Formats: sequence, C-alpha cells, structure tokens
Amino acid sequence: MAKTHVTTTINGDEVEFLCENDQTLLDVLRDELHMNGTKEGCATGDCGACSVTVDGRLVCSCLMLGVEVDGKSVATIEGMAEGSELHPLQRKFLEHAALQCGICTPGFLVAAKSLLERNADPSETQIRYWLAGNLCRCTGYDKIVRAVMDAAAEMRGEAA
Amino acid sequence: MSDSDNVRVLKQVGTRPIRPDGVDKVTGRARFGADLVLPSMLSGAVLRSPYAHARIVSIDTSKAQALPGVHAVVTRDDFPDLPSEFVPAGEMLVNYREMSMNVMAREKALYDGHAVAAVAATSAGITRRAIQLIEVDYEVLAHVIDVDEAMKEDAPVLHEDLFTAGVEPAPTKASNIAKRVEFGFGDLDAGFAAADVVIEREFDTQPVHQGYIEPHACVASFTEDGQAELWCCTQGHFVVRAHCARLLGMDVSRLRVTASEIGGGFGGKTVVYLEPLALALSRKAKRPVKLVMTREDVLRATGPTSGARVWVKMGVTKNGTITAADALLKYQAGAFQGSPVQPGAMCAFAPYDLDNVRAVGFDVVSNRPKVAAYRAPGGPISEYGVESVVDELAAAIGMDPIRLRLENAAKEGTKAAYGPRFGPIGLEATLEAAKAHEHWSAPLGPNQGRGVASGFWFNIGGDTCATINLGEDGSIALTLGTPDIGGSRASVAMMAAEELGVPAETVRPLIADTSSLGYTFLTGGSRVTFSSGMAAVAAARNVIDQLRERAAKTWDIPVDAVVWEDGEARPASSNAGEFEPLTLAQLAKDMGKTGGPIVGAAAINAQGAGPSFGTHVVDVEVDRGTGRVWVTRYTVIQDAGKAVHPSYVEGQLQGGAVQGIGWALNEEYVYGEDGRLQNAGFLDYRIPVCSDVPMIDAVIVEVPNPRHPYGVRGVGETPIVPPMAAINNAIANATGLRMTTLPMSPPRVLKALENAALPAAAE
Repeated sequence: MAKTHVTTTINGDEVEFLCENDQTLLDVLRDELHMNGTKEGCATGDCGACSVTVDGRLVCSCLMLGVEVDGKSVATIEGMAEGSELHPLQRKFLEHAALQCGICTPGFLVAAKSLLERNADPSETQIRYWLAGNLCRCTGYDKIVRAVMDAAAEMRGEAA
Repeated sequence: MSDSDNVRVLKQVGTRPIRPDGVDKVTGRARFGADLVLPSMLSGAVLRSPYAHARIVSIDTSKAQALPGVHAVVTRDDFPDLPSEFVPAGEMLVNYREMSMNVMAREKALYDGHAVAAVAATSAGITRRAIQLIEVDYEVLAHVIDVDEAMKEDAPVLHEDLFTAGVEPAPTKASNIAKRVEFGFGDLDAGFAAADVVIEREFDTQPVHQGYIEPHACVASFTEDGQAELWCCTQGHFVVRAHCARLLGMDVSRLRVTASEIGGGFGGKTVVYLEPLALALSRKAKRPVKLVMTREDVLRATGPTSGARVWVKMGVTKNGTITAADALLKYQAGAFQGSPVQPGAMCAFAPYDLDNVRAVGFDVVSNRPKVAAYRAPGGPISEYGVESVVDELAAAIGMDPIRLRLENAAKEGTKAAYGPRFGPIGLEATLEAAKAHEHWSAPLGPNQGRGVASGFWFNIGGDTCATINLGEDGSIALTLGTPDIGGSRASVAMMAAEELGVPAETVRPLIADTSSLGYTFLTGGSRVTFSSGMAAVAAARNVIDQLRERAAKTWDIPVDAVVWEDGEARPASSNAGEFEPLTLAQLAKDMGKTGGPIVGAAAINAQGAGPSFGTHVVDVEVDRGTGRVWVTRYTVIQDAGKAVHPSYVEGQLQGGAVQGIGWALNEEYVYGEDGRLQNAGFLDYRIPVCSDVPMIDAVIVEVPNPRHPYGVRGVGETPIVPPMAAINNAIANATGLRMTTLPMSPPRVLKALENAALPAAAE
C-alpha cells in the first residue's frame, strides 16, 4: 500500500510525514513522529488521553486519520510550555497535585487549555462537563477541577 | 527504629512540595509502558479465545510463520508446564502452574479473551494479518459464569484436578470450589439469642475492573547468550522478574527489568500477562518485541476483582450492643483459584469489637478472566454487606448510625474478628470527626438522603531496599525499588530530606531497575510510603553516621562527640571542642580526602504496618423518573497515621472514593448467554467522569503508627471500602428502599422504585 505524503504544522513547526491511509493521527504522532506525550487509553474516543487540537478544535487523535491534518495546524502537549515557562495550567496541575499516575494528564491539559481559550471564566459545572470526555481513574477529579479554576483565575489576572 | 516519642519539629514531612517527577508528567516527557522504542523492534500481538470454555484441539501456525515479515510465533508449545506451588504476590497468592496457564492457554481456553498464541512481525499491519492466519481448532464446551451456578453439583467443571481445600472430609470429586475459609470466635447462637433485633440480608456484587487508563504494555529484548531486558508498566518489577524468570526457565540475574512510569494500577498491575509472551517472542526472534494491549484486551483478559454473593446476619440489643455477626461470602476467582475471599472474610467485621463472630468464605472458579488485586482486595465486597446491615440495625433500634458504630467500634486492644489484637487505631477518631463535621448535620433537599459507612484495610510492609548516593556537590540521589503510581517518590524523598536536614528538592529520587537495587517487593498493600519510607530513613541515617565519622576525622574527635543537626555536623557540646559546623556540601566536597564516596544503604523487611480505618459520609439525590442516583456531596475521613505529603494523601482518599462511586452506581461486567463479555470498552464499562461527581472533601485524621519513624500508615486502599455501603445507606435514607445489588444503576433503582410503588398504589 502506497503511503501518503502529508505536510502539516505541529506546535508551530512545519512537519512532513508519510503515513498509511488508515493510520490514525494518534499513531502517526506516536509511531511515525515519536511524539509520545499524547497517550492511548482506549483508541475508541472514550477516554480523552489522546486529546490534541487541530486548527484550534479539540479532538481525540485516535478518531482522526493522519492524512486529515494535511495543511492544518496541530497542537499537542509537547507544545504547551513556552520555552522554559510552563503554561499556567501545567503549573497549577503541579501545585494542586492534580495528577497521580500522570497518564491522563496530557489529555486533560490540552482539553482544559481548549476550554480556557473559549471561556476565560468557566464555572465548576462548565469545567466538569467540558472535561467529561477525559477519564482519570486516580484523582476523583477534585484537584483537577480546582487546578483549572485556579489557572483560569491567574490567567484572568486575579490573585489566587 | 521508633522515635515517635521525640517531639520533633518537622520541616519537610507534612509540607506540600512539587513532586520531583511533576514536570515530566505535565509536559509529555514521562515515559510510560508503550513509550519505549528500540532499534529493530518488532511489533507483537496476541490471538485470544473467542470462547468462554473450549478445548483447544490443535493450533496451526504454519501460514502465519510463512508470512513475510513475521519473525516469531509462540503458543502453548513454548511454555513448559510448571509444578503447582503458591507464592505471595501482593496481598494475594499466585500459583506458577496456573499463572503460566493463564498467560497462554494449554488444553483449554477458560474465558473469552484467554491468550492462545502471539506473533511478532516487522509492522503492526503484518502482525494483524499473521494473527488472522493462525488456525485454531476449538471444541466448544459448556461454560459457567455465575458463582452460584458454578458451585452446583452438575456445573461444568473448569479444572479436573481442583478439589475443595479446607473442608473435612476432603472431597473425592473435582469441583469449581477451590477453597473454604473461616474466621471467628465466640458463640453465635448465644449472641443472636441475646439480640433484640436480628437482620439478615443477601447481597450481590459484580466484578469491577481497576480501570487504569494505561493499557498493559512492555518491550522485551533477548540476546543470543540468553540474557534479557524487559521494560514494562508494573507495580513491581522485582516481582515481574521473579514471575517471568520462572515461566521462561531462566535465572533472575539474567533478566533485567525496568519499570516504566506507570499509568495507574490499583492492584491490576501486580501480575504478568504480556511480559512472558514478549520475552518468549524475543527469545525466538532475537530482536526487541513490543506488546501493547487494546482496551478491549484489558477488559476481557486482565483481572477485575471478584463479583460475589454475600450473606450477612447481625444482631443488636435495643441499647446498641452488637451481640453477634455472621457472614457467608462466595467470591468469583475467575478461571483460576485465588479470589480475595480470605482477606474479604478477615475484613468483614474488622471495624467492630465483637464477642461472637464468624465469616465463612468460598473461592469459586468460573469462565471469567482470573481476578487480580484491586485496591483493598476483597474488603469492599464483604464490608459493603456488613456496613449496609449495620445501617439497618441502627434504623431498627432508632439509633444514630455513627453512634451505633462508636458503641461497637474496634479500638486499641480490641481482638480483631480475624484474630490479632489491634494496636493504636483511628476508627473512633474518624467516627468522631464525621459526627462533628458540618456535613453530617447539613440540611437535605427533596429526594435526597445521607449515608455513612466505615471501612478497614490491614496494610502491609515487606522486603524493601533503598540507597542514597551523596553527590560531590552535596546533592542527594535516592534510589528506590517501588514503582511510583501516585506521588510516592515525593513522600519518600521528603522523609530522607527530613532525616538529612535538607530541603526536599535536594533529594532526587529514582526508581531503579532490578539489577541496580536489592529485591524490593511491589507497590501494593498500601506499603510504599510506609516501607520505602522506612528504608529511605534507614539509608539516610546510615549516611548521617558516615558524615559524622568524616567530621570526627576532620576535627580529630570521637564520632560520639559529633551530632547531625539541620543538615550539618556539629560538635555535640562545647566539651567536644570549638569547631565551625561542617555542612553537607563541605563534607561531600571533601569526601575523597576523608575516606571515599558516601553511600547509604538499607535492606529491610519492613514490619509493623498500621491498619487504616476510614469513615465516609455521602449525600445522594435520587431521580425518581429515571432511577439515576446523583452524588451531591461527599466527605472522606481517614486515619493516615501521619500525612507526609498531605496533597497526595487527599488524592488517595478522593480517588478511592470516586472509584467506589463507580463500583456503587455504574460499573459491572456484562456477559452474554454465549459467555462473551459484552461491554469491553470505556463507553459501556462506564467509570465515573468529571461531571458525575462533586468535589470530594478529604479530612485527614492522624493517629500515629508507633512502628514507623514518622507514624505513617498506608492510605491507598481503605478509601475504596466504605463508598458502596455509604451510598446504599444514602439511597435508603432518600427513598426508604434497601438495595441489595451492585451496581445501583438507573435501571435497577428505577425497578426498585416501581416495585415499591406497586403495593403502595394498591392500598
């Protein structure tokens, strides 16, 4: 089977790759580009561990084909920190101990960032429903929700 | 080693520093099981039985072997039969003969998803095609899924050589009942005769899966001279080494196992599934082989915890004395013996001080995946029944359920229902804290109810090593052997830092591979902060002794005249002489001149793990139109002994409670008539999502464990014990209905509401 040549932008860098037509974006990221920060928890779109954004839209990369990102802009967990500065969400996840094992964390961070880009001041309920597509089995979600609320407050310029 | 009598001002223990592995985990750098790529690595896959019970007549792999790109195929022919012997693994026992039969089916496939063959090839696509080319001739046999059905005389028998242990006379006929256990003492008849109220109930629970988000994954690499390396996500790489070496017939020293970061375990990653297969494939192919499970594989073929039938009978006097307690527990083991019915029976009545008590358990095999440990294995099932009945007893005599528990609570000196006497324990403290908590007296709305339940777990210690290497700049490398699932590296490093008198950030903890540290038992039994903490403290004290010797040598005074305080060596008193203190950095810089490198080591069998008790208070709101139960408020109160890093203790309490909410309300295995699992995915096996639950208020009570240098008790397992009963009791409080089946999912609750409404409507 001939592979398809894809040109895309990932975390601001222009990237070219070859992939099978039936290869998911998740498999391309992990197996072809060795960007292992995006995780596979189910491969059926149920757990959100593989969350990335494509042209700003939050998607499960396991439900999208690699060929679909041709000409688009992909953002993954690896692009979230700017230089040596962690994104406020990353910092607040650490301060609030919002992770235990850490396997779901990249997906939660990507999803939460996507929420805050749309809604700078989400309520607890809005956060809980936006993140309902991301499964965490360790934390019971309490500290994750608090970390997102705290990061949102900081990003709005409000003192914690 | 106890110094809990000393009044120490703690500078690290009890604070909340950023965890040392944190940045890796929020940036995507952390390497989990599936994240390792090696040169020339092959992609592997496993062929699994589509039948619940079938004789494997033949396996023809010739077409798969002939496919270009295929480098190895393994089947039952590649795994020798092993003698039957039990060894401890976590809180459970494993039998190597059966473990080998579980990782690769022999004469029979015993459950839907049982591994039958495995392939390694140059690409995932070729591996998938090769799997389809393997021809297996199955003779399908009658199967049995339900535990009571499996116990019947005429049930299909899984193992012709399984005879019930623990009964007299020993049976002569094989059955699915592997074992009978019994604990207790006193005179039950007299106890029940003294009761004013006796309540007897039968409960039904379903198997639930640990539900870790990271599927099992490993990379194995065998060399031509018979050495091997294995990378895998596991709760215990030393245990994986022992199991794999045994199953593959190799010396443990020839197998180096590295624990990757682990994406959740909860007990489910204390056993091996893929690892022996990857090693066998790599041994044939002489190339690295990666195996990764799909989510479907995880649910079909790895161990959930048992489903069970639980019968409980308890009696109480009008003034609130529990006079007798009896339980009969029938736990599913899955396809091989070894359900957690023994700990379940031991836990059942542990929170109570009883004179007349008995718990009888049966371990029953059926055509389901072999169960694995899941957080307090066995405890949540039996204690769900007991704590539900205790709530009914309280209602029957018109007593507050917290007061009834306090009247009968186990305390220091109580002879536990399973035998030993308790040391200092915190059950009463958690009950008093629950009673005093604002939650307990807050008003409730319409269709809302409140429930309370307590729970217990033993906690364990065990074999543990730690080393501390002092860097030439005074920084500290701490090497541990317990994989860190939930922040334990931080807690253990904090205890080492406390000893050494340095900031926690100065200590850099690392989980070493099996060739770099002495045997260390797995992460389980809530033992890591306790045991690795104890080992790290011992290693730190060993380093301090060496530092004092170096200072004594430098000052030319006896070592007894040197003390270690606040991270520096000081003369013990002015009698010792006037010397400027020597800091850790100064001593480290000069260590080449004063005697060479400084390495502290500890190899211990940690004893004195302290049991942990918790009490949960929950509010629910029942939607009478749909049967949906919403948890509207939740408070967890638990004795941590000493919370080293309170944030991660809270995290354990919150996470355990929410897993319990899933167990109570959503999660179950659904098998079809054909014996196949019908909900092998996260859409249909529904664990709680963020919008299902409220904030979980975590209240830490500290009743120090006198056997640990900082008073630590394990905290990870107890929080999953009370939720099912607490929620059951809250539903009863909201609706007047006493449910006896888990999960209390919308269809079940709706049906119960409708049934309850029928006679009322007829009146």
